Amino acid sequence: MSDSNDSMGVSRRRFLGDMAKTACGVALLGLGVGLYSRQAASLPATALRPPGALAEEDFLGACVRCGLCVRDCPFDTLRLSQLGEEVANGTPYFVAREVPCEMCPDIPCIKACPTGALDHGLTEIDDSRMGLAVVVDQESCIAFQGLRCEVCYNICPIRNEAITLELQHNTRSGKHALFIPVVHSEACTGCGKCEKACILEEAAIKVLPLHLAKGMLGKHYRLGWKEKEKAGGSLVTPDQQHEYNLPEGMRYDYEGRGLIVDEAATPTPFGDNPLDTLKRGREGL
Amino acid sequence: MQPGQRPGSEAIAGKGWWAAHRWLLLRRAAQLSILALFLAGPWFGLWIVKGTIASSLTLDVLPLTDPYLLLQMVLTGHSPEQAALIGALIVLVFYLLVGGRVYCSWVCPVNLVTDAAAWLHQRLGIRHTAQFRRNTRYWILGLTLLLALVSGTLLWELVNPVSIVYRSLIFGVGFAWLLVLAIFLFDLFVSRRGWCSHLCPVGAFYSLLGHLSVLRVSAAARERCNDCMDCYAVCPEPQVIRPALKGAEQNTGPVIMSGNCTNCGRCIDVCSKDVFHVSTRFNNSTTSQFAHKTEVTP
Repeated sequence: MSDSNDSMGVSRRRFLGDMAKTACGVALLGLGVGLYSRQAASLPATALRPPGALAEEDFLGACVRCGLCVRDCPFDTLRLSQLGEEVANGTPYFVAREVPCEMCPDIPCIKACPTGALDHGLTEIDDSRMGLAVVVDQESCIAFQGLRCEVCYNICPIRNEAITLELQHNTRSGKHALFIPVVHSEACTGCGKCEKACILEEAAIKVLPLHLAKGMLGKHYRLGWKEKEKAGGSLVTPDQQHEYNLPEGMRYDYEGRGLIVDEAATPTPFGDNPLDTLKRGREGL
Repeated sequence: MQPGQRPGSEAIAGKGWWAAHRWLLLRRAAQLSILALFLAGPWFGLWIVKGTIASSLTLDVLPLTDPYLLLQMVLTGHSPEQAALIGALIVLVFYLLVGGRVYCSWVCPVNLVTDAAAWLHQRLGIRHTAQFRRNTRYWILGLTLLLALVSGTLLWELVNPVSIVYRSLIFGVGFAWLLVLAIFLFDLFVSRRGWCSHLCPVGAFYSLLGHLSVLRVSAAARERCNDCMDCYAVCPEPQVIRPALKGAEQNTGPVIMSGNCTNCGRCIDVCSKDVFHVSTRFNNSTTSQFAHKTEVTP
């Protein structure tokens, strides 16, 4: 009896020991995978997701890495990350400087996605936000040197909306204009055609992921003139007008004209010519 | 099996080489033709099947999605599109019919690697390798589901050798060959049949399906068994055989009911007494339908 109790004790001990070993091993594996994933999930700035891709964290939960979007991309823009690349392995991406997105109106990559990692709600390619073009280097962009280039402006599929040319005075020559490309986030899809087309050795205009490209004003900020416009009038009590203590015959115009001397009044202490004032008292010399 | 003899040699002597390798060859043909279907597109422009084993589209109409992957996705909090749901349902029903781990032995590409390692392991006569508990895979399965739930991303897919191997064959190898080599060496030197039969969470998931599946191997003529042990020697999950083969006294039916059985059919091949047959879970009565044939001489 005691014998069998002993052997039961031993087998129970062994069982629990085995369980503990397995649990520890599996937990270690989980830790390893978890740590590796932190690294693997950090998307490099040059890797852009296909149109309609969910926010990166949601995308990595929804994309099954099947490559159907890659297969249906007619321009071979998209590719799947391979093991060892910086992009989370098996997920689709493109590099604008190599092959940009051609912005197909029927968006075949989204249609191909079986899981909705590429949002099927996106039906207008112009509404996609794969990234945002940024003129990252004004020192090398030749438009800023006063040269006519405008390649990014002309290649842009949403021409004159996503990129406009703003004229500025060329202070170097003194008589020419600079044709400065300016990107507008309300229209730019991040397709990357501008980055691909940039004539420099290294593009001066680059498509960056939105979180890198966009700033954000503090939520508490209010722009006075916009608030005034919204409210239809001033939101603060009007200023008390300052009362100047002026000599007789003089007024102060608050609308911008400043000090006004009434014509008909007594002669002023100063003449029209400032030199008269300077010379005053020196007439006898 | 006589000492010094290789498993299956009696069957080869009795039935001939082809008959003693029938299921193995069918299985290899299935694995390679499924792979060929996937590769025909990128290699020859024959787009019959697009995608990978994770999710695919056949002839532009039939969606197929790995239900294990879909389960993880749901745990991340993403609600998938209809195509993925229908695809996973089709796959689920298919494996519930033909056997859960048919995925492992008839489809999965890693099986080619681990079978090769097991074969070489046996040929080289390597002994004393580490043994994991066979239920470790369920722990890892639980871990992968937990990781998906906690991280909100398909974490396991970053390292899952099954999908990486398939994807790398179709979309470009990268460093995936290192992973294949690692699994091969692991199975060869560290732990015999370590990956597929002890650790792989994909196999664990399909094992769970296998508990319910219909098509099964049955030791229908178990009275004929001459205890040669060849079936145990070739089986990747030998623990599943015993209850069915030796269960007559315990009044256990002859059908292999374990979810871990991969339905590879290798036991059918190597048995010189034709003990095993393909059957269904419903043919599990304890009285043998082959009882009247027991007198047949080999």
